[in-house]
Amino acid sequence: MSDATTTPRPGTRTGTDTAPAPRTTAGAIPEPEPGTLAAAELALADDALVLSQRLGQWAGHAPVLEEEVALANIALDLLGQARTLYSGLGDEDALAFLREERAFRNCQLVEQPNGDFAATIVRQLFFSTYQELLYGQLTTHPLATKAVREVAYHRDHAEHWTLRLGDGTTESHDRTQRAVDGLWRHTGELFQPLPELDVDWSALRADWDTRVADVLTRATLRVPEGAQGHGWKAGGGRQGLHTESFGRLLAEMQHLHRSHPGATW
Amino acid sequence: MNGTDSTGGEGGATRTGGWPLWEVFVRSRRGLSHTHAGSLHAPDAEMALRNARDLYTRRSEGVSLWVVPSAAITASSPDEKDPFFEPAADKPYRHPTFYEVPEGVRNL
Amino acid sequence: MTTVLPGTPSDTPAGAGPGTGADAGPDAAPRAPMDAEAAARAYGPAFDAAVAADERIEPRDWMPDAYRATLVRQIAQHAHSEIIGMQPEANWITRAPSLRRKAILMAKVQDEAGHGLYLYSAAETLGASRDDLLDKLHSGRQRYSSIFNYPTLTWADVGAIGWLVDGAAITNQVPLCRCSYGPYARAMVRVCKEESFHQRQGYELLLELSRGTEAQHAMAQDAVDRWWWPSLMMFGPPDDESAHSAQSMEWKIKRHSNDELRQRFVDICVPQAEALGLTLPDPDLKWNEEQGRWDFGAIDWDEFKAVLKGDGPCNEQRLTQRRTAHEEGAWVREAAAAHAARKQARTATEREGAMAR
Repeated sequence: MSDATTTPRPGTRTGTDTAPAPRTTAGAIPEPEPGTLAAAELALADDALVLSQRLGQWAGHAPVLEEEVALANIALDLLGQARTLYSGLGDEDALAFLREERAFRNCQLVEQPNGDFAATIVRQLFFSTYQELLYGQLTTHPLATKAVREVAYHRDHAEHWTLRLGDGTTESHDRTQRAVDGLWRHTGELFQPLPELDVDWSALRADWDTRVADVLTRATLRVPEGAQGHGWKAGGGRQGLHTESFGRLLAEMQHLHRSHPGATW
Repeated sequence: MNGTDSTGGEGGATRTGGWPLWEVFVRSRRGLSHTHAGSLHAPDAEMALRNARDLYTRRSEGVSLWVVPSAAITASSPDEKDPFFEPAADKPYRHPTFYEVPEGVRNL
Repeated sequence: MTTVLPGTPSDTPAGAGPGTGADAGPDAAPRAPMDAEAAARAYGPAFDAAVAADERIEPRDWMPDAYRATLVRQIAQHAHSEIIGMQPEANWITRAPSLRRKAILMAKVQDEAGHGLYLYSAAETLGASRDDLLDKLHSGRQRYSSIFNYPTLTWADVGAIGWLVDGAAITNQVPLCRCSYGPYARAMVRVCKEESFHQRQGYELLLELSRGTEAQHAMAQDAVDRWWWPSLMMFGPPDDESAHSAQSMEWKIKRHSNDELRQRFVDICVPQAEALGLTLPDPDLKWNEEQGRWDFGAIDWDEFKAVLKGDGPCNEQRLTQRRTAHEEGAWVREAAAAHAARKQARTATEREGAMAR
């Protein structure tokens, strides 16, 4: 965050003279009490930040220019949501850059690597449908009104692409089916109740199942059988247990900020 | 491209994976008409509309969008400028300034 | 009108302009069987008069082949620069040191994709197709601005690009808003409007670093040292060596010479650098009281030529990433086209069915 009292050069701040004491150091970020509203908000903020970070990796790599613009829009919306939530909980940068992996409460779905475009779209379909239903229920939350409109658009974008890819060519169909099957195990975790949020979790789950199944069916894709988590069931993100690629995502995201303790940007 | 001055779009893919061109019209606020903003490529109308939203209204430039396949637009040709537009030029009686109004007469 | 009125020769000489993708829009120049010389005799004077009177040339107007070719080349190169230019900055999106900076950078890189799209659209009004232009970029037959062949090594490079590279681009682009070709001029109006934040964010970023810790200040100075000279090269070769300048000025595609714009840029930057507390890496930089401008040192045109030829630090990398993204995206574009075709066929069948009833 910008330090308003900076003075013009000459007289650069050095580590010892005028530099303010680092506001926070790694490991010292106060964690919200488990089970509180703050803990739930932190989890939602982490979801948004981590998915935004993943989508940001697409910049310059999208399959068509129009999609560069679309993916960046979604990433920016999510980053905005994360910043609003973090700012309500403390210093947004300290929360984003100075927490260790185990302190992140995002679900594992959002941290999954981008894979091909099909994997990115299916991940978005699963997550945006969840977010839309969640924020739809959280009518009284200050973030909800704005967020619900944003995520409805994200869901719509993902839904249309799922239809195109599923019902496109054989190759696109196969890639999308693989993405659905591969990511399915990470969807069960979405319905783990976040205490203190005014949400009917079993209704949310039922709605999610119906909607996602409807889109997949229209896209000529097979809905994976059984409960989410066929075979090995993933989960644990909400408790701070993540998948292998997440550490690398954080290392990349946090490295520069951490290399200059106390600096402002 | 065909030989006449029609638009030449085909409405479908022109190459493997090539997407047709769409023209985008944006209503910048209520009370104004849609204005041509530019064009983009999309495989179908739904996506054209979404791409238009992302591309031409990123800074809240619009409240309503139209997308039209470029191929569906029939345009006048610059060579027809004279036969098309000149005949209107000699009908000054269509304009209010053509008429003389006695001094002092109002609300006319 | 789909037919040509009797007695009126139709619009453009056959074979004018490349590509003529069948997906060109309503603005795209039509073709007609008229011999080029006859067309030039018939329409040349009107074209010259319009340019002289500072009127805009619109897509379906007759224009000299060379004018069309020059525009296609210039607009395509401009569009390519926007999309290749995403890469050096996108390199830092995932590492931006604050969430505020991350959002700004993401929005900026997104704008560049958007600007590429506006410009490809403008090129398409001349009968070129985007697919064809991208092919030419990917195969090295069309160029993009050499500046993007330099690497972004530190976070401060993001600031230097915003301040210097976007600053130079804006100096170049503002006059293009009055370019004689309507669609290009209109695209540039939009681009310039949107780009006004790009330069400021870069300057603000550098200011924050310059006033920050010693390490941050050094990072900022290092970036300015590396980006200053390449930014000056962005204005192109000196006037006496510039191949296309004179004709482009005559056609009012270009309004000021390379050297004029370069001088304007230097004069703008010197006081800005001072306010930043950073120095420009040119010992010969001196105020010229008589001329009322800053004199600056000799530009290393050998470096410019080498980078242009493909020997810059990142030429290979930039083009490879662009090609890879395009190739890896082929199945997505094909799938969407196949889906759209199937949907269209279904609608047609339904309609026929309804009519049969």
